[in-house]
Amino acid sequence: MALLEIRNMTHFFGGLRAVYDFNLRLEGGELMGLIGPNGAGKTTVFNLVCGFYRPTEGEILFEGKETAGLRPHAVTAMGIARTFQNIRLWNTLPVYDNLCISQHFRLGYGLKDALLRTRRFTAREKNVHKTAEELLELMGLRHYAQELPGNLPYGLQRRLEIARALATRPKLLLLDEPAAGMNPGEIDQLIDLIRWIREQFDLTVWLIEHHMRVVMSVCERVQVLDFGETIADGSPEEIKQNRRVIQAYLGSEELSHA
Amino acid sequence: MRRSLGLWLYLLFSVVLIWISHHNLINAYLQLVVMFIGINIILSSSLNIINGYMGEFSCGHAGFMAVGAYVTSILNVWLFTSDRVFGPPLLSPSAALYLFPVTLLAGGVAAALAGLLVAIPSFRTRGDYLAIITLAVNYIVKSSVENIQAIGGARGFMGMRKVVNSMRDVADLPWVMIWILVFTGLTVWIIHRFVNSTYGKGIVAIRDDEIAAEIMGVDTRNMKMIAFMLSSGLAGMAGGLFAHILGYINPGTFTIMKSTEVMVMVYLGGMGSLSGSVLSAVLFTVLLELLRPLQVIKWVVVPLLLIVLMLFRPEGLLGNRELTDVFPRLRKWFSSSEKVS
Repeated sequence: MALLEIRNMTHFFGGLRAVYDFNLRLEGGELMGLIGPNGAGKTTVFNLVCGFYRPTEGEILFEGKETAGLRPHAVTAMGIARTFQNIRLWNTLPVYDNLCISQHFRLGYGLKDALLRTRRFTAREKNVHKTAEELLELMGLRHYAQELPGNLPYGLQRRLEIARALATRPKLLLLDEPAAGMNPGEIDQLIDLIRWIREQFDLTVWLIEHHMRVVMSVCERVQVLDFGETIADGSPEEIKQNRRVIQAYLGSEELSHA
Repeated sequence: MRRSLGLWLYLLFSVVLIWISHHNLINAYLQLVVMFIGINIILSSSLNIINGYMGEFSCGHAGFMAVGAYVTSILNVWLFTSDRVFGPPLLSPSAALYLFPVTLLAGGVAAALAGLLVAIPSFRTRGDYLAIITLAVNYIVKSSVENIQAIGGARGFMGMRKVVNSMRDVADLPWVMIWILVFTGLTVWIIHRFVNSTYGKGIVAIRDDEIAAEIMGVDTRNMKMIAFMLSSGLAGMAGGLFAHILGYINPGTFTIMKSTEVMVMVYLGGMGSLSGSVLSAVLFTVLLELLRPLQVIKWVVVPLLLIVLMLFRPEGLLGNRELTDVFPRLRKWFSSSEKVS
């Protein structure tokens, strides 16, 4: 059974066709890339997969189970976590709390336990704090535990967002332009980080990226979108040579001479 | 022992207060002010859940207070007194003493259910639009009460005095004061525990970024429902207590003016600061009383103070911090977040 299977997924925003007949099969353990020019529908694909939008047509199966119609937090509970193109951290809460709250869906206690501080509350909170502590350590954020996310340098905010996603214990990690706004040094670190995360947490990583250096050095397979349609799918080397991809990015020769 | 020092201090404070009220060492007026402070603490700290911690803008808090006030009062009058409308008491009047917390809780539950009127729309709208809905709910409650003649309509509802008196017949103690002290302490304790648990911090995540909260695993609908119901339920209990201070309520008390007053206390104390809300409820109530000699001019001076505050300290007195953050030494005795480790 595939980890993620998307069949004939199409999505319309009113009359605008954002994604058309999208297909993908991830077996698990891959490093998959999704690229395309601006406005190609990449982020929409991610929004569909994480349950933020419901596809107009087609189906999304995660470990054989349909996710369409589930609310995003329930999809997260199934094992899909993501980061955002424009960093979306909880900025009035310290780094440590950011890592705790993303475990909200599996707290396993309710209002009553929170108020009475029952044994269940104590046990579950202990688990939450343990996971948060581990991630602080692993992701090198220990020093910033009580810092507000907004005060961290950009690269660390990206890293924290990944750590927050990991705190949900995902099987599939979606990274939406993780290298956006990073300097070359930070990008090198990011490349190592993504590879290391996959090994350490035994994950499947699916990423959207514009930085070709990241895509070419990290991804094992790349899918290219243009105007919502898949125009190519293959290894980075194949994609580099693909005529339609070059056309999508640079325009066709006839047009440029016109 | 250290961890519960706050509790012990509060108990001691309450006992002393009850003792001096019982022996009339402070006059009835001062007792009244103390009781209003308690009510205002419940109101402002419960509204802070919505306006401060969850970042929504509710301006109809008095509506929920009205629901609680009327439900508790009607239950008490119906059960424990002989009334022109409801007939002879169903239970022995002396039972009022033991059952008062139950009827108060019933008022709170009714108010919490009324809170659903706001909670459910909040799934789809937020910000200004939700504020309009809270305003509408305030009006719906007030107008409904005004138009139910059986409970006095616009003339108001009375008879709670008799309930309080029958409590006094059992044991001669300032019962209203006692209940207010109990439920004020309870409210602060509940909110403190709620917002300091990972569970409760889910609502702060909603304030900071609702989309991220929903996608990163917070069941935002459930949390909004919990927050609105908790907040309005506590407001309802404040209403129930309020009704028993003077023994008389009328719908005119629970207008948008009252809601505004509570909002002022929240913003004065600081959004998302529990100790701020408590502090500002005390200050605001005392200030209003101190300015009483100014008569009508009071309502010029108080808003003026508010303008000055907003200009020079827009985040309120404490603003997202607790007293223990401002005076770290306090932390030795009062742990603000009882961390589990």
